Formats: sequence, C-alpha cells, structure tokens
Amino acid sequence: MAFESLAELWQMGSHGPYVWTAWGATLGVLLLSVLLVCGESRDVRRTLRRRLRREGAAALKSTEGRHEG
Amino acid sequence: MWAFFHKLGSPRWFYGIAARLAPWCWGLALALIVVGSVWGLAFAPSDYQQGNSFRIIYVHVPAAFLAQSIFIALAASGFVFMVWKVKIADMAAAMMAPLGAAMTAIALLSGSVWGKPTWGTWWQWDARLTSMLILLFLYVGVMLIRRAFPRPLSGSKAASVLAMVGVINIPIIKYSVEWWNTLHQPASFTLTERPAMPTEMWLPLLIMVLGFYAFFAAFTLTRTRTEILRREGSKRWVKELFKEDA
Repeated sequence: MAFESLAELWQMGSHGPYVWTAWGATLGVLLLSVLLVCGESRDVRRTLRRRLRREGAAALKSTEGRHEG
Repeated sequence: MWAFFHKLGSPRWFYGIAARLAPWCWGLALALIVVGSVWGLAFAPSDYQQGNSFRIIYVHVPAAFLAQSIFIALAASGFVFMVWKVKIADMAAAMMAPLGAAMTAIALLSGSVWGKPTWGTWWQWDARLTSMLILLFLYVGVMLIRRAFPRPLSGSKAASVLAMVGVINIPIIKYSVEWWNTLHQPASFTLTERPAMPTEMWLPLLIMVLGFYAFFAAFTLTRTRTEILRREGSKRWVKELFKEDA
C-alpha cells in the first residue's frame, strides 16, 4: 500500500478533501445510475404487465358476451 | 454483413441478445471498477510533483473519455437513424445521452477539484475547459430537443441532427491542448505511444477506463431493452413474452 495507515489514506497528505470529493461524486453518480436503471426497468415491466392483464380480461369478456348473445 | 445489421436493427432480436450480454457487462464493470478503485486509491504510488491529488486521474480520465465517446456514439446513432431509419439506433441514443451528460459533469467537477491544489484555481476559461463545458450544453440540448416536439419522430430527428452537428466539438476538445496554450496538460494516454507514467500508475487507470466502458455498455443495453418494451409494448412478440407471467 502507498500509505502507512487508514488515517493517512483518508488524509491523502492534505489532498484528502479534493480526492475524496472527486471519487465520491463519481462513484455516487455510477451507483445512482444503476438504481435509476433498475427502477425504470421495473416500472416499465409493471405497467406493461398490468396493461396486458387488463387487455386480456377485456378480450375474455367480449368473447363471453358473444356466447351469451 | 448487411444481414447482421438488419438483424441488429430488429428490436426483437436486440432484446434477446442484449439480455444475454448485459449481465456480463455489468459484472465486468463492477469487477474492473472495484479493482481499479482500490488499486488507484491505495496502492498506486503518489506523484512526485502533485502528491496524492493525482489520484483524481483515475476517475477524471475515464469520465472524460466516456463523455466524448458517448457523444460520438450519439452522432453515429443519429446518422444510422437518419439514413437507414433504424429505430433501435434512435432508442439507444435516447437512452445513453443522460450518462454522457453525467460523465461530462463528472469530468468538469473532478477536473475542478484537481485544478485547485494543482493550478491554484477551480476554473479557468481556457480552451479545454470551455470546450468541455460546451459539450455539457450540447448534451443538455440534445436531451431537451428530443422532448420539444409533439410528435416523437420529429424529436428523434432533431436530436439526431443536433448530435451530428455538435460532434464537431469533439476534435476541438481533443486538440484544444495542442492548438491553444492551456493550463490543461496534454494527453497522458495515447493509442500509439507507451505512457510516460510508470506501469503501477497507468495500469489501474487502464483498468478504470475499461471498467467505465463496460459500465456504458451495460447501461445502454439494459436501458435500451426497457425502451423497447416502452415503445413496442403493443407488438405481438412482446405480448407473447409477457404472457406466461401476465
């Protein structure tokens, strides 16, 4: 390791605030992107599934109606 | 070759192939970024001039590479969409643009906090920094113009044209450090020459760059699949796909 201790790694020889801000923002953006991508995928699938179920039910109803009439 | 492109342009085929590729890309991105981060933050030696602030390079350079690559990808997709009317190219372009904008912002921010301890200033209106800021505005423009029309097709076309015109900014960014006197150092990494850094400094950088590209691939594949479901939800193959669990 390039540092003697974790405290030194955190301080980065007085450059800690700069280094950790840059890294924090970058890794934060990547993590947030993953969460948004997962959420988006889940929402779209849920909406689609709901719509197809509704359409399926409507189609079933219309064929039943035809049988009765 | 043409048959391959034709197949690639089919949303149904893309949906299937992307499903198989995406997990590998996500896994690869995670592995590379974790290894590159630990290596770059804790194990790479500090720079003899800049000390530890140089460790910002491991997020700054990959973000800046992606920022520019994604814009080139936007322009290329726009071209494919305008010339061959390949819908999947337009969907992918729409999905990758926000990541490009985010990476541009990250490149600017990480550069700014790197500039403070190194140059003594957060910001300077020099050629490299200004052309990167213009790239950010171009991304925002491309994303906004897509939604500015009542007909989605008009928005797609306008976004494609803006990307194709805006891509002229990419060579300006690349050569800005050579054409003008700037604070920004010239490229540390080129395809043709060995880097001037020692191996234990540039190897983690290479790992991070590859990790960011894998992330971009995974992000675009997964989001484009979602977009296919959003746009093609009434197609029969999508309905059949969802029939089992509907």
